[in-house]
Order: sequence, then structure tokens, then C-alpha cells
Amino acid sequence: MNHDSVYDGLLGGDSSQWAFGTDFEDPLAGVDTTVPAGVDGGELAAYCLMLGDDTLVLSQRLAEWCSRAPELEEDIALANMALDLLGQARLLLARAAAADPAVVPVLPAGSPVPAEDALAFFREAGQFRNVRLAEVVNGDFAHVVVRLLLFSIARLAVLQRLSGSGDAVLAAVAAKGVKELTYHRDWAGRWFLTLAQGTEESRKRLVSALEQLWPLRDELVTAHPVELSLAAAGVGVDPAGVRDETDAVLDQVLAVAEVDRPQRAPLAGIGGRTGRDGMHTEALSRMLAEMQVVARAHPSGRW
Amino acid sequence: MVSLRERAAAVAGTVRDPEMPMLTLADLGVLRDTEVDGEVVVVSITPTYSGCPAMATMRDDLVHRLTDAGFPRVEVRVVLSPAWSSDWITEHGRAELRAAGLSAPGPAKKGPVGLTLSPTRRALTCPRCGSARTEVISEFGATACKALYRCVDCFEPFDHVKEI
Ligand SMILES: [Zn+2]
Repeated sequence: MNHDSVYDGLLGGDSSQWAFGTDFEDPLAGVDTTVPAGVDGGELAAYCLMLGDDTLVLSQRLAEWCSRAPELEEDIALANMALDLLGQARLLLARAAAADPAVVPVLPAGSPVPAEDALAFFREAGQFRNVRLAEVVNGDFAHVVVRLLLFSIARLAVLQRLSGSGDAVLAAVAAKGVKELTYHRDWAGRWFLTLAQGTEESRKRLVSALEQLWPLRDELVTAHPVELSLAAAGVGVDPAGVRDETDAVLDQVLAVAEVDRPQRAPLAGIGGRTGRDGMHTEALSRMLAEMQVVARAHPSGRW
Repeated sequence: MVSLRERAAAVAGTVRDPEMPMLTLADLGVLRDTEVDGEVVVVSITPTYSGCPAMATMRDDLVHRLTDAGFPRVEVRVVLSPAWSSDWITEHGRAELRAAGLSAPGPAKKGPVGLTLSPTRRALTCPRCGSARTEVISEFGATACKALYRCVDCFEPFDHVKEI
């Protein structure tokens, strides 16, 4: 055995034990991705990007917590939730690419980068369709608890309805996501209570995070024309339709925590345009610059 | 006479989960189907969690194991629906989990999901000493599919495979 490299001993001359780099893995391999009759492929792709960009961007923000959480257990919890959301994003972006290949950025001929990676790493901020709640810069631990609570309450309500989608891929991704988001929402709700009922300092920080993020909440339950169109076709969900339900769940948490519902108005769009239209805060382009830099430097790279 | 399909299914059935190697993919309930179409073996698998990083390894292991067993062409398909449930872990798989010091999942919840603001209650026994007095440390353990527990009597921490 050559002791100059630790990897030589691991390899043992049989590269077949290595899972990666042997072949590209299509997350939708063998799945029927035919666009349902009567549905526009471009609209379906746009819708998948909205939901997928939410989870991709939020996943990246959660991943930034890695090694920074107050306790090892919570570090692992945040990483696990980031992974769930990233997995959902991967399927949704792959579904977007299959519904309308024209949405996928064009890479150099022969590039091995799969469509969902091209969408994640080679679009500009203005092409992302996520809500702005997902992108704002991380704050303290109370901030991530509140962000996850607001997001998971609304997303869980949407996914429960989406699991009956006329698009079999969306229905399957949603049914899976319901199980995952249930754990995320419980985690965020329990920490919300713990911080609210903890020390004066933890409560102060929690209330402050809630006040700060509250104006971004409305976008989660406001419909974009694409969402309305697909909801009418039985493929998407009108997020405005889950507003009452998300209010009720949130009020349940606020009541136990004895925290008042903030009175701050929703963050206005620019000329009526918000995250769903590609109008973002400065935070997104900074986040993407870091997230995308390596992939963009090597558009034909093999990992 | 063992059919080609039965032989392929038997080979696929020996492939183990990369993160919980005490379980075969069949015991875990991830291996959904093995078919032979001409000279192609088509294996269908369902991910445990959307972001399960072990999926690529499972696919590669299936391809390598079947290729080594003399099946020249292997295709691994992803089946997303119905979503994987911990209920699909076989009785044999549950016994293997316990033998390896892990706690097996109880029945998965069905129907509408309510918010649970108090810690999830599970009737567990410590896989080491058998005590029923256990406490949850975190709902998110070493992998997405596990929660972390501690035994109140022998103080040993252990992994519990979550109900989903
Ligand atoms: Zn014990």
C-alpha cells in the first residue's frame, strides 16, 4: 500500500466502490414528465421555478448556518432541513427543465452540467422566482426560527393541496414534501415557544426577528398570475387560498407563546413586482455570487 | 427453475443501504420492483427523503452488483409515488435495526397533519438495556431519517428511525 495518499488505501484498485463520477444521476430517471393535457409547458416550468427557487434559496441560507448554530443538535437539525429543501428544489428544477427546456441556461457544448444544476448555478438574480423571505441575510438564531416558521406554515398548507395536482410529478414531490415540512414546522414552532418563554433576552430577540420578517410574510400567501392560471387548470395551488389556514396555525403558536401579531404592513414590490416576478432584494445577488462562483468558473467541470 | 427475473431480484435484494448497512434496500422498502426486459434489468427505487444523498450510491451499487452477477445492462428508475413511508421497513429490517442498536420506527401518522408544539411522544425502549424511560435529544439526527434519543436509565444515546 502506498502511504503517501490516504485515498490509495481506500481505493484498493477498485474504483467501482466509488459512487460518484461514474455516471450522471437524473433525479427524475424513469419518471413520466409529460406535461398534462391543456397545460402550457412554459407556465408549468415557471411555476416549478417559483416553488423550487423558494426551497433552493432557503436551503442555501440554512446551509450557511452549518457550524454556527448554538448547539450541535440544532446545527444538525438545520443541515437536515436544508437538505430536505435542497432535495425538493432539485426535483422541482428538474421538473421545470423537463416541462420547458427553454428555461435552462445554455452552457458550452459538451458540458456535463445537468439541467437542474444549470438552473441553480447559471441564472442571474432577476431570473429567480423565489419569495424574498427566503433570501434575506441570516440574523441570529431567533431569526432562522421565525423565518422557518413563517415559511413552513405556508408551504405545508400549499403542499397538502398540491399533492392532489393534475401533474403527477408535482403531486409526488408535494406528497413527499408534506412529510418533511411537518417536521420543519414542528421544529420551528417548538423553538418559537422555547425562545418566547425563555429568558428576557431570548424573548426580546424573538419578537424583534418576528417584527423584522413580518413584512415579508405576505408574499407567501399572495398569488402570482402563473399560480392562478395553474390553479385553475388543477395543477397548481392558489397561495391566497391558504391564507386563512396559515393565519390560524400562526395564531395558535402566537397564543401559546403570548406574542402579539405584528402590525407592520407587507413589504411593497417595486412597481408592483416582487420576488415571484424576479424583483429581489440586494441580498439575493450577493448570496448567489458566493453560491454560483465555482460552478460558473468551470461551466464544463465534472465533479 | 429460477427465472431470470427472480435471479435479478435476488441479486438486487442483497444490496445494502449505504447509511444503514444493517438493512438491505429490500428491508428498507426502497427497492420497489425488479423486472427483466429483454437483456435489460430494470430496478425501481423510491427515495426515503427528497434530499437523500444516498440515492446516487444506491443506484451505483445496484448497477455494479447486477453487472457483476452477469446482467450486462441495468437501468435504475426512480419511483416518486407513492412516497416512501417508514411503514415499509420489513419485520426482518426492524429486527436488524434493533440488533444494531437502533430503535425502529412506530406506525407513521396518516391523514391531516396538525402542529405539535410539545415534543413528539413515542413509546420507545432503549435498544441497549430495554428501558422504556427515554428522552428525545433532537428530532434531527445523524441522517435525515433519524432522531436522536437518550436512555434515562443507562444514559446511552441512540438513534431512532423516524416515522414518516
Ligand atoms: Zn438504556
